[in-house]
Amino acid sequence: MLESEFMRLALGAGAVVGVLAPAVGFFLVQRRQSLIGDGIGHVAFAGVAAGILLDVSPVLTALVAAVLGGVAIEVLRSRGGTAGDQALALVFYTGIALGVVLVSTAGALNVDLFQYLFGSILTVTRADLVVIATLGAVGLATVGLLYRALAAVVVDEEGARVAGVPIGGLNIAVATLAAVTVALSMRVVGILLVAALMVLPVSAAGRIAWSMRSTFVFAMAIGLASSLVGLTISYYADLPPGGTIVLVAAVVFGTAVAVSAARGS
Amino acid sequence: MRVTPAVELDDVSFGYRPNQPVLEDVALRLGEGEFVAVAGPNGGGKTTLVRLILGLERPGEGRALLFGEPAHRFSRKRTLGYLAQRSELGGDAPATVREVVSAGRLAAGGLIGPMRRRDRELVAEAIERVGLSERADAPLRTLSGGQQQRAFIAKALAGEPSLLVLDEPTTGVDAESQESLAALLDRLHSELGVTILYVSHEFGAVERFVQRLVLVRRTIVFDGSPRELPGVWHDPSHVHA
Repeated sequence: MLESEFMRLALGAGAVVGVLAPAVGFFLVQRRQSLIGDGIGHVAFAGVAAGILLDVSPVLTALVAAVLGGVAIEVLRSRGGTAGDQALALVFYTGIALGVVLVSTAGALNVDLFQYLFGSILTVTRADLVVIATLGAVGLATVGLLYRALAAVVVDEEGARVAGVPIGGLNIAVATLAAVTVALSMRVVGILLVAALMVLPVSAAGRIAWSMRSTFVFAMAIGLASSLVGLTISYYADLPPGGTIVLVAAVVFGTAVAVSAARGS
Repeated sequence: MRVTPAVELDDVSFGYRPNQPVLEDVALRLGEGEFVAVAGPNGGGKTTLVRLILGLERPGEGRALLFGEPAHRFSRKRTLGYLAQRSELGGDAPATVREVVSAGRLAAGGLIGPMRRRDRELVAEAIERVGLSERADAPLRTLSGGQQQRAFIAKALAGEPSLLVLDEPTTGVDAESQESLAALLDRLHSELGVTILYVSHEFGAVERFVQRLVLVRRTIVFDGSPRELPGVWHDPSHVHA
């Protein structure tokens, strides 16, 4: 398997996304915003469609759309005028509707589009990997630097706000990180499954860990293992990589639930 | 010489919607180092009063000051310790007691990078003050309701607050733990000299410890020593009448 360059590139991209997605998803799950990744994914779909229509790199336009969508969701949520789930629904459906209209206008309801919806990790090029690795490293470094602040908001957002912690800025940072993660993960698992890689490893880790830090570390380890094992299975069994990666993460989640139940916790 | 109060509300009125006041003509002064209970019925405006005091809302009329500064522009916010209602706290997060209390050092210790040694020492000290040293590395969700509240009080203490505000701290806590929580607050008040504002729909647990009791039902209907409170009002349901 490793003698094929496309698999080496795929494993590299899968490893970056496998670590980054749960690292960012950790803060979404703990704040009960698990579906935000899904919402941002649907906005990214509009970005892909705009890229195809304008003949610009769809990954770039998806990144821009995802960041704008993520920030929009956060702003609508924080202003309180729109409930969090309604804000999400608004951006979610507007994104996908816009995507359908743009794609149809471009006459691109074809296989190219499916690559973004369901992932196309086996077509990752060296240049793609450099972009994924660079943005992934920046994302992980940002999470590392802000870990204490983001964890404090998870524990007690109102207490942190009273003490003068810039909650709005931190929430925007999480939304932006989620958007970058969605745009990068698009090539690996596809827009429709991206949220799974942000949520399932964190949920699994939460069943077996004993602290926030151990949950965070386990989640990244499970994400990485799911990506690499999923890609390996897909290579030998000739299965679609994105779906296989997510199914592996789901199996790990099920196992963690069983282990947790067996321990009586 | 006039001593600057910790909290000063001058004829404050506030409503979330026009012509629907939640609080009207509220005047309240809390001196530094006081231990005061604010009680009243649910929906009587207690939480709104807390939000105005902490600068989370701005008065529609009147003014709210913290240590002499407008509350919403208070320059030393990191010295405010706040225990929100339990439903708003991340009790489900997979955090240990130490991780919860460490969150209280964030504003004072800096947002970025790892904690410094001094911050870690203050966290350990706060955990010890509330009697949870032996459970410091236990997951919060394995603790009783009363112990969880102690952990969040330690979180507020870790920021070395000059004002500690607790909103409904005894909700979901059994009677024995309520007594123990009140005694803990009394001890912290004596040892640290911190100004404490204890807000609850009932005040039985802290009645013998506080110097002042304030009853709120849209406006302040009683402000004095608990001993001066008319006997019938010791039944909190009376405040509804």
